[in-house]
Amino acid sequence: MPPAVPTEFFVMLSMILFALGAMGVLLRKNAILVFMSVELMLNSANLALAAFARQWNEMDGHIFVFFVMTVAAAEVAIGLALIVAIFRHKQSINIDDLHQLEG
Amino acid sequence: MGEFNVWTSLPAVAPEIGLTILAAVVLLLDAYLPKEKNRARNIAFVSAVSMAVLALTPFIWAPAPNTSELFWGGMVRHDALGQLFDVMILLAGAITVMIAVDDSGVGRRGEFHLIVIIVTLGGCILSSSADLVMIFVALETVSIPLYVLAAFRREDNKSSESGLKYFLFGSFASAILLYGFSFLYGLTGSTQLTAIAAGLNSEIVSGNLVAVLAALLMVIVGFGFKISAVPFHFWTPDVYEGAPTPVTAFVSVASKAGSFAVFMRFLIEAFGLPAVSADATSTLVVIDGQTIQTFWVNLLTVFSILSMTVGNVLALRQKNFKRLLAYSSIAQAGYTLMGLAALQAQSAIGQDIAMASITFYMFMYTFTNLVIFAGIILFVEATGRENIADFAGLQRRSPWLALAMTIGLLSLAGIPPAAGFFGKLFLFQAAVEANLVGLAMIGVLNAIVALYYYLIIIKIMYVDQGIDEDKPLAMPRSYAWVLGITSVVIIILGVIPTPIFDLAQQGAAAVRLAMGS
Repeated sequence: MPPAVPTEFFVMLSMILFALGAMGVLLRKNAILVFMSVELMLNSANLALAAFARQWNEMDGHIFVFFVMTVAAAEVAIGLALIVAIFRHKQSINIDDLHQLEG
Repeated sequence: MGEFNVWTSLPAVAPEIGLTILAAVVLLLDAYLPKEKNRARNIAFVSAVSMAVLALTPFIWAPAPNTSELFWGGMVRHDALGQLFDVMILLAGAITVMIAVDDSGVGRRGEFHLIVIIVTLGGCILSSSADLVMIFVALETVSIPLYVLAAFRREDNKSSESGLKYFLFGSFASAILLYGFSFLYGLTGSTQLTAIAAGLNSEIVSGNLVAVLAALLMVIVGFGFKISAVPFHFWTPDVYEGAPTPVTAFVSVASKAGSFAVFMRFLIEAFGLPAVSADATSTLVVIDGQTIQTFWVNLLTVFSILSMTVGNVLALRQKNFKRLLAYSSIAQAGYTLMGLAALQAQSAIGQDIAMASITFYMFMYTFTNLVIFAGIILFVEATGRENIADFAGLQRRSPWLALAMTIGLLSLAGIPPAAGFFGKLFLFQAAVEANLVGLAMIGVLNAIVALYYYLIIIKIMYVDQGIDEDKPLAMPRSYAWVLGITSVVIIILGVIPTPIFDLAQQGAAAVRLAMGS
């Protein structure tokens, strides 16, 4: 039985999510929003992986998704900790305020 | 892959198993050792000695030098190249722990050494992975703890800032890399690199050239970030300057060596090598009549030229020593990319030299960078200043330190008898074998430009008058050991490079044969 929704639709959606995430990283100034955009990009890859796995009727892609989710969770823990550390110093998480290091 | 046998599979991950046990032991030591003055120092010595001992395991359970077999369900390869990368990453971990001992910001805290062990673990897996899942997980096992290490001095504004920058750029690059991976999986239905090559060569993919190139481009962007190649180098100077110095040293060698190893494996295994003779078969991926290798070789040639030139030119005007080394490391990545571009060679010897020269370069670069950073840590701890001009008259304050740093700088500049000379020579040779004479010429010109800023530091240390020359620098014993050992290794590699280079060449031949070309 062919899948009800063709794989192309999922891939298109994942591309849109990826583009939104990439634009968010490049355009946003708030560190938390930048970080959220990165997570959106990771999840767009997850969506693509799961859709492709269904297309190929194999489990590899689904397993990959689990690993990506684990890594993303670790990244969230580290990322939020770093943002809190910066906020303590500067009372701001605007990435334009990060200019101690230049040259 | 055949029947799964746990005993024959264990040697492929022996260092990784050792590191996992070591990490657990260090974690318990850190939790239960009584609070006393030398606590962190003892933990550091346990970690450093254990990692140095683990650096022997790749030799004890060595792979047969002429094989490159897959183990653990096609996840990792066990071969001489992986063995050499394991050794250099383990030694880099051991040395980093040793030079961090007396660094006021990091060395006095036990968890620092634990995180270094985990990065080392990630690096060892990374350098032998053969599967997209494995590559991604290993790459993140290296990167995520390094974000923590860069921001380790929480009380220091610069350190937190460099940590956050590293984190934001790094996770962005990882996301791009992962999206490229998802497309490679989608096109071929496999996550195993050699199976991807087979899938890309089959009929299903024809007509999808653009998708393959886009996926490849995204993967190159991701890896380009990790090896700090221009134009993905923006994070490098800031992170190098802001992070605690032992961390900078570690980022510049371990993460870079592991990433180069896996980048090389990825390009070879997923996109193939040209046939080495008229009757041999080419394993190159060809889609719609287009050879994918031409695309990435041209791209990496451009990146190589850009990295060398931008890195060297910007290094000329740096005043901060760590920032100078950041630009120098960008330039060094450019030289090494030359070796990757040389994989287009159409002869067996050319391909082998290309792979072996990258391995040798990373091997000698590990020791070279660590000796210089050890010197910087020692100096900054004593004086609190890290500008190049502050090193004036160092020779009168500590002749041995000045000598060790001179050996390191000569090696970076590529002057015999230091190891950097052969490192560069092999890379240029690989480029010439692959008919990239123009690229090799640009490399030589860049090496001449780089001479200027390396030699000027030596001149400052030996000739210039410093303000407090009458105050000798104390040299703690752990630093004396590190500086001594690394300098001697650099000289030995520079005088007799053949044992390491031959082993790397055997490993390269094994990888080439395993690919079937």
